[in-house]
Amino acid sequence: MASAGLEAEQTETMTVREAIRETLREELARDEDVFLMGEDIATMGGVLDVTGDLHEQFGKDRVRDTPIGESGFMGAATGAAATGSRPVVEIMFSDFVGVAMEQIMNQMAKMRYMFGGKTEMPVTVRTTEGGGMGAASQHSGTVHSWIAHFPGLLAVAPGTPAAAKGLLKSAIRSDDPVFFFENKMIYEQSGEVPTDEDFTIPLGEASVEREGADVTVVATQRLVGESLSVADDLEGDTDVEVIDLRSLYPLDTDTIAESLAKTGRLVVADESPLSYGVHAEVMARAVEDAFYSLDAPIQRVGVPDTHIPFSPSLEREVVPDSAQVREAIERIA
Amino acid sequence: MPTIDLETETGREEALRRMLTIRQFDTTAGERFADGEIPGFVHLYIGEEAVGVGACAALEDDDYITSTHRGHGHCIAKGLDPKPMMAELYGKREGYCNGKGGSMHIADVDAGMLGANGIVGAGPPLGTGAALTIDRKDEDRVALSFLGDGAVAQGQVHSAANLAATWDLPVIFLVENNGYGEGTPAEMQHNVENLSATAGAYNVPGITVDGMDITAVNEAVTEARERARAGDGPTFIEAETYRFHGHFEGDEELYREDDEVERWQARDPIETFAQRLIDRDELTDEEYEALQSEVETTIEEALEYAQSAEEPAPEEAYDDMFAAEVPEITEFARRVRADGSGHGGER
Ligand SMILES: Cc1ncc(C[n+]2csc(CCOP(=O)(O)OP(=O)(O)O)c2C)c(N)n1
Repeated sequence: MASAGLEAEQTETMTVREAIRETLREELARDEDVFLMGEDIATMGGVLDVTGDLHEQFGKDRVRDTPIGESGFMGAATGAAATGSRPVVEIMFSDFVGVAMEQIMNQMAKMRYMFGGKTEMPVTVRTTEGGGMGAASQHSGTVHSWIAHFPGLLAVAPGTPAAAKGLLKSAIRSDDPVFFFENKMIYEQSGEVPTDEDFTIPLGEASVEREGADVTVVATQRLVGESLSVADDLEGDTDVEVIDLRSLYPLDTDTIAESLAKTGRLVVADESPLSYGVHAEVMARAVEDAFYSLDAPIQRVGVPDTHIPFSPSLEREVVPDSAQVREAIERIA
Repeated sequence: MPTIDLETETGREEALRRMLTIRQFDTTAGERFADGEIPGFVHLYIGEEAVGVGACAALEDDDYITSTHRGHGHCIAKGLDPKPMMAELYGKREGYCNGKGGSMHIADVDAGMLGANGIVGAGPPLGTGAALTIDRKDEDRVALSFLGDGAVAQGQVHSAANLAATWDLPVIFLVENNGYGEGTPAEMQHNVENLSATAGAYNVPGITVDGMDITAVNEAVTEARERARAGDGPTFIEAETYRFHGHFEGDEELYREDDEVERWQARDPIETFAQRLIDRDELTDEEYEALQSEVETTIEEALEYAQSAEEPAPEEAYDDMFAAEVPEITEFARRVRADGSGHGGER
């Protein structure tokens, strides 16, 4: 329950976008070895305006526009990280991660292990995920399950502005490769963010965003907010506990198991394809570590193994929202 | 100061020693592999020694290299120690990678050797990244990426070359054109005669040199290094060479004729260099023999070291994943090994 401590701290209201940008600003200022690179992140300020004015403050060497070549610049980030830099790379849309996958899976993820621990790999990869913008199949994917599945990579996906700040700080300061997945539909979502420049959230810690006794919803990214609103709607009827999973790998099994000890019922809500992914992993952990707490079949909410279509009516069909979360809760409550 | 100054007599002797060390290391590795002592597969550098040594001689100790699946020669040329190298081939704990890498992944980051690589074409982006660190920290170093002729078809090579050229990074791309990518001739994989033509697309110098001639390689890399240090960006060098052995040990070599191999063997880069030194009265036949037996001893010692080194303990398979503690790894490993046996069975 990391968020419980927040009240004591100085906070400021910020959007997810601002939280990410201000975190990048603070980390660039704090550590000369940190630099940003990616397509259109400097002069243009990022296609979704996340990096904004950072290039003006830090110059073109610290905030670098790359050519459009994900394999080349992801490899360069990997080589730079192995030699004493701390690159923060932006992949414009997570669908393009595939272009750089060789450098990610065979170099970045494996070098430390293959070399017998003789190098660190302090690289952070930021990328945007998710449907909802009518951006069609090649700009709407949610690929974090691939990365979380692959040994040697850490993966986080914040559901709130405070989580965005705390996790991004931890990612940049980590000596391991960390993927930081931003859902593009929550950039405008705002919340209280600690102003402390050293506010970090440990990688591998979920947060209980709302306590409840009847059903646990383990949610990620946009579905954290959606689940909280469902929980409010159901108040008096069903007492829903909402956990922001935050860290996909490592994954906070203890917090989930503790919650299930209380509620005995689990909904997993994550906007990735339903098969073989984050849902399955959370369920596996629940079964391994909290089997005897379970009173009902576990429910999953996600994308029904399709790509994200263009037409708004089709997109609404496959991208999960509060309605699916609510139905899932009602099936087992 | 270059690592080995080929302008001096002692430098030339050291270059010859390194080429002989590579030849002897790989000959021994091939034999031990054939005898079933070395697991996995090994790709030997025999015949290409002038490229690795000529190039690394032109570098300084703190320069970086990235390597290929055919990396033993690059390691020795960069000054790595044959003992932990051989131990790595044997999968021993004393190996450069504690037995986690093997022949295709020998690395010593502290020595500037950023790893042999099992992925064809993966080195140039990494070398470009090392050059990016150098550039950002304003260091007086360069990075050199070795790649094969086959690798020149790989997209990430071009993505990296374009980035390095656009940002004027201090990196050198050195193609070892040994005529084949596995069993397919280079001319069937590329539509240009000289692979150095690739440089044209990035508006950087591209040159083709005789890769059987250590001096030619050394001069090209020396010049490229100067260019890189001056902030003028990458150079793309193609060294024409030949591998005397198959693609990997055990390769039946059905794709090439014996007389082709013999024609190249007649241009053996070690023999021609030694002969040049003998003709110039810099080296006597006796001295050459003494150097050869010195190198034999070095490799014999490396072999004994590797053979008698310790096996890693099975549970070390779970080490070195992350700098941070990750609970999954300890937890899953504990469950795997809960009955004390693990996956690995008997040691
Ligand atoms: C991405 C990738 N594709 C294919 C292979 C299989 N493979 C290993 S070595 C090799 C040939 C490489 O040829 P070249 O780059 O010319 O190097 P050489 O073996 O001649 O030194 C191939 C195809 C691989 N290791 N990686």
